[in-house]
Amino acid sequence: MTEVNLDLAVQHGLTPEEYEKIKILIGRNPNFTELGIFSAMWNEHCSYKSSRVWLGTLPTKNDRVIQGPGENAGVINIDDGDVAIFKIESHNHPSFIEPYQGAATGVGGILRDVFTMGARPIANLNAIRFGSPNHPKTKHLLNGVVAGIAGYGNCIGVPTVGGEVEFDSCYDGNILVNAMNIGLAKKDKVFYSIASGVGNPVIYVGSKTGRDGIHGASMASQEFDSDSESKKPTVQVGDPFAEKLLLEACLELMQTDTIVSIQDMGAAGLTSSSVEMASKGNIGIELDLNKVPCRETGMTPYEMMLSESQERMLIVLKTGKEKEAEKIFKKWDLDFSVIGILTDSKNLTLKYDNKTVCDIPISALADEAPKYEREWIEIKKPEQTDLEKKLDDVNLDQTIKNLLSHPNQADKSWVWEQYDHMVMCDTAQFPGGDAAVIRVHGNNKKAIAASVDCTPRYCNSHPYTGGMQAVCETYRNLCAVGAEPIAITNCLNFGNPEKPEIMGQFVGVIKGMTEACKKLNYPVISGNVSLYNETNGVGINPTPTIGGVGLIKDISKVKSSRFKNKNNNIYIIGKTIGHLEQSVLCYDILHLKKGPPPPIDLNDELKNSEAIRSLINKNLIESCHDISSGGLILCLLEMSIASQIGFKLNTNKKSLDRVKFLFGEDQSRYIVEVDDQNKNSFEKKLVDLNVYFENIGKTSEKINIDDDLKFDLQELSKLNKEWFYKYNN
Amino acid sequence: MKANVIVFPGSNCDRDVKVALEKFQIQTTMVWHQENEMPKSDVVVLPGGFSYGDYLRCGSMASKSNIMNEVIKHADKGGYLIGICNGFQILTETGLLPGALLRNKKLKFICKYVNLLIENNSTPFTSKYKKNEKIKIPIAHNEGNYFADEKTLNELQNNEQIVLKYCDENLNINEESNPNGSCLNIAGIINKNKNVIGMMPHPERCVENILGGTDGSGIFQSLLN
Repeated sequence: MTEVNLDLAVQHGLTPEEYEKIKILIGRNPNFTELGIFSAMWNEHCSYKSSRVWLGTLPTKNDRVIQGPGENAGVINIDDGDVAIFKIESHNHPSFIEPYQGAATGVGGILRDVFTMGARPIANLNAIRFGSPNHPKTKHLLNGVVAGIAGYGNCIGVPTVGGEVEFDSCYDGNILVNAMNIGLAKKDKVFYSIASGVGNPVIYVGSKTGRDGIHGASMASQEFDSDSESKKPTVQVGDPFAEKLLLEACLELMQTDTIVSIQDMGAAGLTSSSVEMASKGNIGIELDLNKVPCRETGMTPYEMMLSESQERMLIVLKTGKEKEAEKIFKKWDLDFSVIGILTDSKNLTLKYDNKTVCDIPISALADEAPKYEREWIEIKKPEQTDLEKKLDDVNLDQTIKNLLSHPNQADKSWVWEQYDHMVMCDTAQFPGGDAAVIRVHGNNKKAIAASVDCTPRYCNSHPYTGGMQAVCETYRNLCAVGAEPIAITNCLNFGNPEKPEIMGQFVGVIKGMTEACKKLNYPVISGNVSLYNETNGVGINPTPTIGGVGLIKDISKVKSSRFKNKNNNIYIIGKTIGHLEQSVLCYDILHLKKGPPPPIDLNDELKNSEAIRSLINKNLIESCHDISSGGLILCLLEMSIASQIGFKLNTNKKSLDRVKFLFGEDQSRYIVEVDDQNKNSFEKKLVDLNVYFENIGKTSEKINIDDDLKFDLQELSKLNKEWFYKYNN
Repeated sequence: MKANVIVFPGSNCDRDVKVALEKFQIQTTMVWHQENEMPKSDVVVLPGGFSYGDYLRCGSMASKSNIMNEVIKHADKGGYLIGICNGFQILTETGLLPGALLRNKKLKFICKYVNLLIENNSTPFTSKYKKNEKIKIPIAHNEGNYFADEKTLNELQNNEQIVLKYCDENLNINEESNPNGSCLNIAGIINKNKNVIGMMPHPERCVENILGGTDGSGIFQSLLN
């Protein structure tokens, strides 16, 4: 047996203090297996030791929330006895090491989190971020990640309906792969992970356990260095076919009255699933590791407990229901093994070859896990800069073309056409719009809307505003299709929390998110934190990816962001000041990266968004698009390219004022298209609601701005479309 | 009218096809691949998906499934049989249809609406369309690149077995309008007896306006004729 000492503990990612604490907690030196188990439970990825203190300050409740953070996924009420279950999770580190498998297993993991709770998954979304397109690894990573997401989602047959793709040199050494899933269940058929009932059998189902992914969670809790390639063996390998079988088998089992609780084996595999279930139920668990189905011979208890092999579940059954359950898993050709029992010892007890190889209190692994109040410094809003002088000579014609063909603004169909976004036949709004719309199966009126958003350059400039903005942007996207926003899930991607400035970013973002969530009654119901996104000491822009979910009560009223007809009126809703700092124009096109992000007035956010919902509900507008990155001009061009209908825009402004009007990224704004017939009722409605609006032009054959800037729509469409195809050719 | 939809491990368009069939009042039964018999039906559907995870070769393991003996008998007796996407791949693997479906020319999965030309409307599956009509139906596959040797292609043409071809907005059939590299832009073919059809496009995905179109309806309506 390997001798356990401080050196070995440090190699396992534990600090000397943590190692001392373990010895005190169990009153002796841990053996090798126990050390592995502690390291798996106490790493950042599983214990949230740096973030827990702050996560607790986020709002997590409203009238529709049934289950907030702490379960496999969050649950919201969507009426008629239906619930939506959703969560987002990162798979950043593995995807950088091995993009296809890293991304694929990211999708697989989040799917399991959702169907573990009894939901049939109905939609995948993702947010993926890469380094500069010129970086030598970017093309390989982009292709691998997109193919991995496609490979897993397409095979299991859950549509991938929306997401974000962004390039920024801050991700050169740490790409981000955040995967979200939404499922539907009946309110009285939701399953939880709280183990109960001493004597109930503990069941292992799914694929066999192999040596893949050992220490995956610990790897994800460290910074990368030039040696990161050598970590390939810590990346798991996915099998979406096995997951499809597991999904169908679990949903079939859930129709029977056999399950006490169920939990997927995700990060830290058998260790975290068994410990979390027992911890929540305040009960002991004893496993006989000789019964664990293994893919390879000679696997040690240490390897079995730390393996992150995919497509596995742990289930506590009601005593005597083993045969009934086994029949279902055999039908689907999956392993089924009774590997243990719930006990009254409150310990995690592991037996192997009739010897006890681990016996530690569950509370030591879970409740006693370290929790740090990391040092942080407040990051203040930067001063306004004298940017304007540099913008005098902007050539608008060329700049607009540069904007449309920039990888961050270019059409993303190269990406989402690789994803099956239609399977299950309920996708009512395809990728490319503001929010995805997925019909509730079997219901002809009701639908779910979802959107994933973040603007990392805002978060980097001022984390507080950036956190607030990410929440607001999803809110806006949901409102733009006519949905009632309900709740969010978050994936908080940051650098090394042991650095006070990084922790300051984290705290700032959380505080900004909290403000927005409160004001909008839009709480956080699930999520994940990914820290140590640094390579050789350089961190990423703080990236709190927010996934928002809303309810559509009448799908026939849903609006898209395509113009519908020529000669309709175009309005902006919300005030335009012309805030250019941190805009796409400055940041991506002109590379002027200083200054504060646009401020957000949450009162305006709420008021303008409610107005949009009311206009959609009363059928007073034809199309709608929120104004985000790229400002008013990009918003109009996107509406135009999607519909092949042009517009005549009258800015009534000159030189710098016109640049600000076109490219400014003031928040809480929408563009809407209104036909002549509804014009009066539309304007009256907004006056009544005291919402600011401006008539800025009409839809038309061609694109014409103030009669001095004219564009060929087909040429712009081509520019917008071709970047991804050329880059990946 | 009655239909059986065969469910293989890894099928994932089985429910979608059932919903579409039932929309046209075709009574539908799901049949598990390990069964040795199936209810009597007018039409059998092999749905899209990734039967057996597409391992070995798309459709190859499914083609050896128990139920396929019954499916082949059904076809031999003249019963209607439709293979959609993975179902088409299974049909070529069983030999009920000639040729093979290779990896897409650009090696990527493609999911999008495409234009199709109705090359042959005198089949039980396409009679509701007009000859040379253009329809829009989505594809979603990684292995849809139809290949057959020259002799087979000639036979397919001479016997009017080519039913659907990829085309562009203006009905041009050329390389640009060919999404996956298929020989002769073939998207769907039928056997000589005109009772077994295989097609890569998914008609079940476009039978409702809310999903983006209704051009797939013609396939189901033709069956009812």
